Amino acid sequence: MHRHLKILEYALTSLGRRWKKNLAIILVYAFTIAALASVLLLTHSLKTEAALILAGTPDLVVQRLSAGRHELMDTTSVDRIRAIPGVGQVAPRYWGYYYDGLTDSNFTLLGLDSAVPELRLLDGRLPAGPGECAVGAGVAEVRHNRAGDEISLIDGRNIGVIFEITGVFKAESNILTNDLIVLGQQDLIEFFNLPAERATDFSVQVHNPAEVNTVAAKIKKMLPDTRPITRSEIVRTYDAVFNWRSGMMLTIFSSALIAFCILAWDKATGISAEEKHEVGILKAIGWDTPDVLELKFWEGLVISLTAFLLGLIAAYVHVFFCGASVLATVLKGWSVLFPEFRFIPYLDLYQLFVIGFLTVTPYVACTIIPSWRTAITDPDSVMRG
Amino acid sequence: MSKSKRFICFTLIEILALAGMCAYGRHMAARRDAEVRAKRELVRALALTDLAIWTEARYTRHPSQADFFTAFQDFPSSLEHFPAGSIMGPSKPGSTAR
Repeated sequence: MHRHLKILEYALTSLGRRWKKNLAIILVYAFTIAALASVLLLTHSLKTEAALILAGTPDLVVQRLSAGRHELMDTTSVDRIRAIPGVGQVAPRYWGYYYDGLTDSNFTLLGLDSAVPELRLLDGRLPAGPGECAVGAGVAEVRHNRAGDEISLIDGRNIGVIFEITGVFKAESNILTNDLIVLGQQDLIEFFNLPAERATDFSVQVHNPAEVNTVAAKIKKMLPDTRPITRSEIVRTYDAVFNWRSGMMLTIFSSALIAFCILAWDKATGISAEEKHEVGILKAIGWDTPDVLELKFWEGLVISLTAFLLGLIAAYVHVFFCGASVLATVLKGWSVLFPEFRFIPYLDLYQLFVIGFLTVTPYVACTIIPSWRTAITDPDSVMRG
Repeated sequence: MSKSKRFICFTLIEILALAGMCAYGRHMAARRDAEVRAKRELVRALALTDLAIWTEARYTRHPSQADFFTAFQDFPSSLEHFPAGSIMGPSKPGSTAR
């Protein structure tokens, strides 16, 4: 043990002699790991949260397609779908998009007809009569409104309509309601000037989860111009959306990986003349090859372990304490209304171990291998260069 | 204190900080469980299908409800107009029954 500590002591002294270079390596290395781990922590947190909250989505959503595009559903089909064995409630959904010229943002308008239980994430209440609405915190912020105020929107006939805001969704629900305006169902139908007996789509309840796909197939057979979307497909969509391999995230990830590869390549392609000279001297004064290799192992481990731990800590702080402020700008795109993220720290320890294994091990190996080549060479020829 | 002991102490502090963060993360995830349940209740009550993250286009606002001709469905080569589309990966052909 004492011998190992002495070799570690020597390794630290040796690293200290080239402290500027080694500090630079640690910083670049830690930055690479922080970038990589930030992407993984963020996507894992979003994926987990999406899977948990989207478990409440309808069992089936049935849309109509016409010429490859969405078309309104005929509400007379409700009874035909309800007649399928295993199907519970079939409810037409009324919703649509609204471009707000005042703020250059897009809102989602949703019409509700039935009595909805009291919602914990709503300050105030949902619309109970005509001319009322509940809005998301993002809408309230851009329109400078709060509960009790009035909001004016331009309807499908290009006429201004005023709604009284009866409730504002809490900021905690921003990931679901940031751009949402909830109106009464009749208000929404009149606002968008929807034709009679037409709804945006249907939500379908299926009593037995094992029968969802069978019911979807029956609906598709009964109404060939429709597209049933199951809950598992919705959850899978978000799994794909937040997949760490995708698009821009991959670009960030690749840049970090490439930077790390350059660093590792620089180490792997050989050691400097000064380092070779040092190995030669150590061999000449009686160090064995295993001692030299242990010295290089410690040097590699000191740098990689320090950088790995610093990188992980930085990534955690960035994602869970700073709301991934750097990555959020990449995520935001062109959205005017973008929710402020409050990531729930769901951690996948397996992921952290994989990052550790894929970054620390190659670096240590890259440090040892060229030194081993030097260490097995005759000290005299090494020192002479 | 020798350099090796200082290094070991520093590494232990880093490991403890990380372990503390992981423990804090688990604690916070458990504490915010009620918030997650309330969100799920909201999704159920309003019959919502998507997260309100990207509001720039219909198919970015409701990726799960978008029609076939979008980056999220069965058309991996579809050209993207919006930056948000570039961070959403296309599904593998044949991976959906839709």
